[in-house]
Amino acid sequence: MKSFTYERAASASEAAAAAVRIEGAKFVAGGTNLLDLMKLQIETPGHLIDVNRLGLDRVEATSEGGLRIGALVRNTDLAADPRVRRDYGVLSRALLAGASPQLRNQATTAGNLLQRTRCPYFYDTNMPCNKRKPGSGCSAMGGFTRHHAIVGTSEACIATHPSDMAVAMRALDASVETVRGNGSKRVIPIADFHRLPGNTPHIENALERGELITAVTLPKPLGGRHLYRKVRDRASYAFALVSVAAIVQPDGSGRIALGGVAHKPWRVEVAERDLPQGAKAVAAGLLAGARTTEHNAFKVPLVERTIAAVLAEARA
Amino acid sequence: MSDFDATRRHFLQATAATGGAFVSGQVMPVAAATSQSRMEEAGKIPQYEVRLRVNGSDHHLMIDPRITLLDALRERLHLTGPKKGCDQGQCGACTVIVDGRRVTSCLTLAVMHEGHEVTTIEGLGTPRNLHPMQAAFVKHDGYQCGFCTPGQICSAVAMLEEVKAGIPSHVTADLTRAAELTDAEMRERMSGNICRCGAYSNIQEAITEVAGGRR
Repeated sequence: MKSFTYERAASASEAAAAAVRIEGAKFVAGGTNLLDLMKLQIETPGHLIDVNRLGLDRVEATSEGGLRIGALVRNTDLAADPRVRRDYGVLSRALLAGASPQLRNQATTAGNLLQRTRCPYFYDTNMPCNKRKPGSGCSAMGGFTRHHAIVGTSEACIATHPSDMAVAMRALDASVETVRGNGSKRVIPIADFHRLPGNTPHIENALERGELITAVTLPKPLGGRHLYRKVRDRASYAFALVSVAAIVQPDGSGRIALGGVAHKPWRVEVAERDLPQGAKAVAAGLLAGARTTEHNAFKVPLVERTIAAVLAEARA
Repeated sequence: MSDFDATRRHFLQATAATGGAFVSGQVMPVAAATSQSRMEEAGKIPQYEVRLRVNGSDHHLMIDPRITLLDALRERLHLTGPKKGCDQGQCGACTVIVDGRRVTSCLTLAVMHEGHEVTTIEGLGTPRNLHPMQAAFVKHDGYQCGFCTPGQICSAVAMLEEVKAGIPSHVTADLTRAAELTDAEMRERMSGNICRCGAYSNIQEAITEVAGGRR
């Protein structure tokens, strides 16, 4: 690990200001992804700003009837929150499908959104990777790509976003609240938060330098059946090959978001109109324009079948 | 280093395969500890003061901020119960309990734990006074090589507390009700601890006995 200096931030705005002022600064909260990457020198911050003591660790009701989730609410606590379990079951389910209990006890809501890909070529510093070293090339192209993206890809990058939580938040139309280095605040819809790779796969989200996530808000509950189905190589503690977050209403309408298929949580609102027609129609809309490789072409039928399983469960 | 070697020998002699207790000596108190961690230039490597409360004792350390909680426990406090398996959060051998929650100590920095309560296997029980989970692991032979055992036991103890606190899991059928500790629940909830010897069925029996005793 490269040497760095360390400070404990006293307030969110001071943390953001420090992150703008100090070249190479990064925030650390749970650290479960950042420290892993620092050990491998994929991340080499010169300064760490510990935001764990900012008090952003509560889940509160909003005046709009939704929930405001503090950036530092641990994955375990969010999944266990009675309001989340009752009104946003898809979020609870997605969180519990991710990582291990030990990691969920450390990992935070904001940190989960900012997870980096588990593409093996991103993790192997001996290999070219446009995300790790812009312009160096993509080793996944022509490489081993069983876990890689099938929609929204570019010639520069076919990595996936690894989060389960973010897939549920995309289905729920969450919003990301931030504070910037100059003290100003803004709200970023989750749909605009994560980016597609394009020619700049190293830029993964809409955050500006020094901008700190302070909360994620959920709109008022949607009702319906909340389901999260994750297909992976083991029964537990593995990243998704394909995952489906679904909110299905009694009349058959609803929302669907996918994990494991793109550089961001994948949702195509117009495709949801076909939900009453069944999985085949919805999957076709979600995966229109898919570009697969020999190794990951299986994800196309797997998406359709996983949606079919979810819709069957919703009707049961 | 010789101090550390002696500590390891002592540890190995003093403990059964369950990873019993080794009571750490008081290690390197830093004079004039202040409430604020401060960078001090020692060569070019920054050093910070941190107060760790481990197994009921306070330790004031001067550390490089790169030191993980696991390395601080093992190399500085000589608590070699937490094991370095993968060092990337996948195996669970380094599991300790921080403020009542099980965490992988390899994926968190020691300097982030100022004032936190850390419990390692050495703080759960002693060879003469085993924690019920340690005793159950012995009784049910919940190990072979023993390397994962301290992490398994810390994880299992905290896991039962999570169930008591009503925290659901991936296999909990109804999120609106408290989970029961079925075999499927136990397997899912212990999935963050790998045992390459494959002692899982005996580990499960040990945990079941302790959980049953608490009902």
